[in-house]
Amino acid sequence: MASRADTLSQPPVRAKPAEPSFLNRREVRQALYQIALVVALVAFFYFIVTNAAENLRRQNIASGFDFLDRVSGFDVSQNLISFSNTDSYGRAFIVGLLNTIVIAVIGIVLATILGFIAGIARLSKNWLIARIAGLYVETVRNMPLLLLLLIIYFGVLKPLPGPRQSLNFADSVFLNVRGLYMPRPEWLAGSGIFLASIAVALIAAFVVARWAHARQMRTGEQFPTGWTALALVVGLPALTFLATGRPLAFDYPKLQGFNFTGGMVVQPEFMALLIGLTIYTGSFIAEIVRAGIQGVPKGQWEAARAIGLHGGQVLRLVIIPQAARIIIPPLTSQYLNLTKNSSLAVAIGYPDLVNVGGTILNQTGQAVEVILMIMAVYLTLSLLTSAFMNWFNTRMALVER
Amino acid sequence: MTNSPNDQTVMKPPRAQVGPVAWLRENLFSSIPNTILTVVGMFLLYWILKGLVTFAVLEATWVASDGAGCAKNDGACWPFIFAKFSQFMFGTYPEAERWRPKLVYLLALGALVPLMANGMGEKRKVLFWLIAVSAVLVILRYAFEFTGSAFTGFTEMVDPVFLVLACVFAAIGALLEERTGKTVFAIFFFVIYPLIAWLLLSGGVPGLPFVPTNLWGGMLVTLVVATVGIVAAFPLGIALALGRRSQMPIIRTFSVGFIEFVRGVPLITILFMSSVMLPLFLPPGWNFDKLLRALIMVALFSAAYLAEVIRGGLQAIPRGQFEAADALGLNYRQKMSMIVLPQALKLVIPGIVNSFIGLFKDTSLVLIIGLFDLLGVVRQNMTDSKWYAPTTVLTGYLFAGFLFWLFCFGMSRYSQNVERRLAAGDRR
Repeated sequence: MASRADTLSQPPVRAKPAEPSFLNRREVRQALYQIALVVALVAFFYFIVTNAAENLRRQNIASGFDFLDRVSGFDVSQNLISFSNTDSYGRAFIVGLLNTIVIAVIGIVLATILGFIAGIARLSKNWLIARIAGLYVETVRNMPLLLLLLIIYFGVLKPLPGPRQSLNFADSVFLNVRGLYMPRPEWLAGSGIFLASIAVALIAAFVVARWAHARQMRTGEQFPTGWTALALVVGLPALTFLATGRPLAFDYPKLQGFNFTGGMVVQPEFMALLIGLTIYTGSFIAEIVRAGIQGVPKGQWEAARAIGLHGGQVLRLVIIPQAARIIIPPLTSQYLNLTKNSSLAVAIGYPDLVNVGGTILNQTGQAVEVILMIMAVYLTLSLLTSAFMNWFNTRMALVER
Repeated sequence: MTNSPNDQTVMKPPRAQVGPVAWLRENLFSSIPNTILTVVGMFLLYWILKGLVTFAVLEATWVASDGAGCAKNDGACWPFIFAKFSQFMFGTYPEAERWRPKLVYLLALGALVPLMANGMGEKRKVLFWLIAVSAVLVILRYAFEFTGSAFTGFTEMVDPVFLVLACVFAAIGALLEERTGKTVFAIFFFVIYPLIAWLLLSGGVPGLPFVPTNLWGGMLVTLVVATVGIVAAFPLGIALALGRRSQMPIIRTFSVGFIEFVRGVPLITILFMSSVMLPLFLPPGWNFDKLLRALIMVALFSAAYLAEVIRGGLQAIPRGQFEAADALGLNYRQKMSMIVLPQALKLVIPGIVNSFIGLFKDTSLVLIIGLFDLLGVVRQNMTDSKWYAPTTVLTGYLFAGFLFWLFCFGMSRYSQNVERRLAAGDRR
């Protein structure tokens, strides 16, 4: 060992490698490449900005975001916040944004449900169910979403009969070419207590679940959490509902003349977009779920059975927590895809962000500003969704010991 | 154990435990919930199939000369499809010049069959199916023609010369590849073929009259946009993927920014950009072909997605490969082009095919900026007053859907096939 230390203490005489010429040095090369990229980008943006300024000047189009305060003069067929044609372009833009968010949120919930059902069904031991799920997934996945939307909207919903020949479900729900008419709930006096009782029941169920979990961790004793929660969530509101004298009535849609009055209506554009997005994204989620469940090693199933868990417990306690780790990252990108795909609303006339933005663009001619705003919104939505799903993913991730 | 297999006294297993009955019991009726599921499934399937068969076959119109003839029935209006078939394929490309896109298809077929099928066995299989399907179609066509059947739609639709040539081209390609190997075909398909195809389709040289792109349409545009999109996106995607893993901060930031931006916005907004913003960004008086504009945008769009696919492949290459290349004294370009990329790209072939399927479906969006791809031409023809009938619209969409499905399903099957082949190589 001593001799080794000696050799180490005396650095061997080595021929110094020839110094590469200035242009061949690594740092110089890297700096040059990056400077070239920056110069190219600056030149590119200078080119388009000067051209855009020149073109806008020639066509007498104003620039800047002043147009957002001007009166829009058009109507939007579906609005969550009040909107009329005397409101500003800015407000119209927000109406479109809210419509996009509504369709995206409802679509994500429904597509997830459908996707999980179809994905699990595809793994079912029941041959027929597995085949039907496979048929659904393979058919829908291999078709453009736009085509699916057009088939649903123009092929199915538009040929529906007019209000007088509506499809009638139990005299309360009507489906016709103008949309789906449903009874609207009306909250009478005392309904506040009823709604509050639902909230109380939910909170109570949550508290019980946490207490039961803590107790099981401490003592190993189990508590029928599921049944208790069910009793709380169904029972308490039911009791208050009866006690406060049934404060809920329904306003049924009625046929008057050539149209329905009363009730509430889901517009055909919204229905078509929602159905299309749900079954399209659902087919992709089904594949993700199937891959996730198949990704859990067989030994996990067998081990879970071996320690005496029954069917539901095997899935809930062993398989799903592990499959979720495989499923969540691709699921996130499907949620993002659904949000982005909702922009196809423009093809069937649902007033989403892109559709309303297109109208504003046509009226004001301020293409650059409008398109930048639309893109900024989608980028923000994308970043928010992926941030949330990343947070969720870290919570679910395996804690390595 | 004295029983010989053909001893008459051996009892057969109970009928309920083997054969179809056992299969039914095990797979459909193993428990009460399972039985309920089966019954529900049967109803669902019956309901869907009944609707489809009623519309597409039982109540469909097969022979009619216009929409009024179709309006008599409640089902699909197939004569509309037969009459418009060549438009759906080529749009308004001049009749006299249609041999040009056909030749482009044939050349692609001749190059793709040997490129995609592996070994003589697979090639034989592909050729067999191609010849069998073509033969059936051609025989049916002449059968209808000579028996003087009223069902003339089929005769209009099937082009026997094209089908025969398709078989010939595919066979020649398959045989040639045995001598030359795949590399020659790859170079032909990715380098020489696009030039030939552009020259043939666009023309403008003696013997080939110029056909402006606004006359192109239908399946032709769908295929051109999807193929050019993916082929042009390929080098760009590789560059972006390498850029994202680069040590140079500005190049890395640029790559990440570009990829995340493009992946964060819908394709529609990018196409809108190409149609309303691009003209603003060019000096006054400059004009761009509409198709070319869409092609550039589609290529940039798919480059960002391809970059992420390729990055996945790069990440899967073990570090030792990079270090070994460094140890051999290879520079960056040699290391990437000779060691890393060949392995990485091979790994992500299924991912690339999947991006292609996605792009193929997304091409339908170009109809929003006024290009007539397959879906666009189908929509355009629905408004033809001669063919007005209540079911024309749904028939057209179902047909377009079927064509899209056929292509995408075929490609996804192919990608699964490749995946299996690659996995088999790893298992050995």
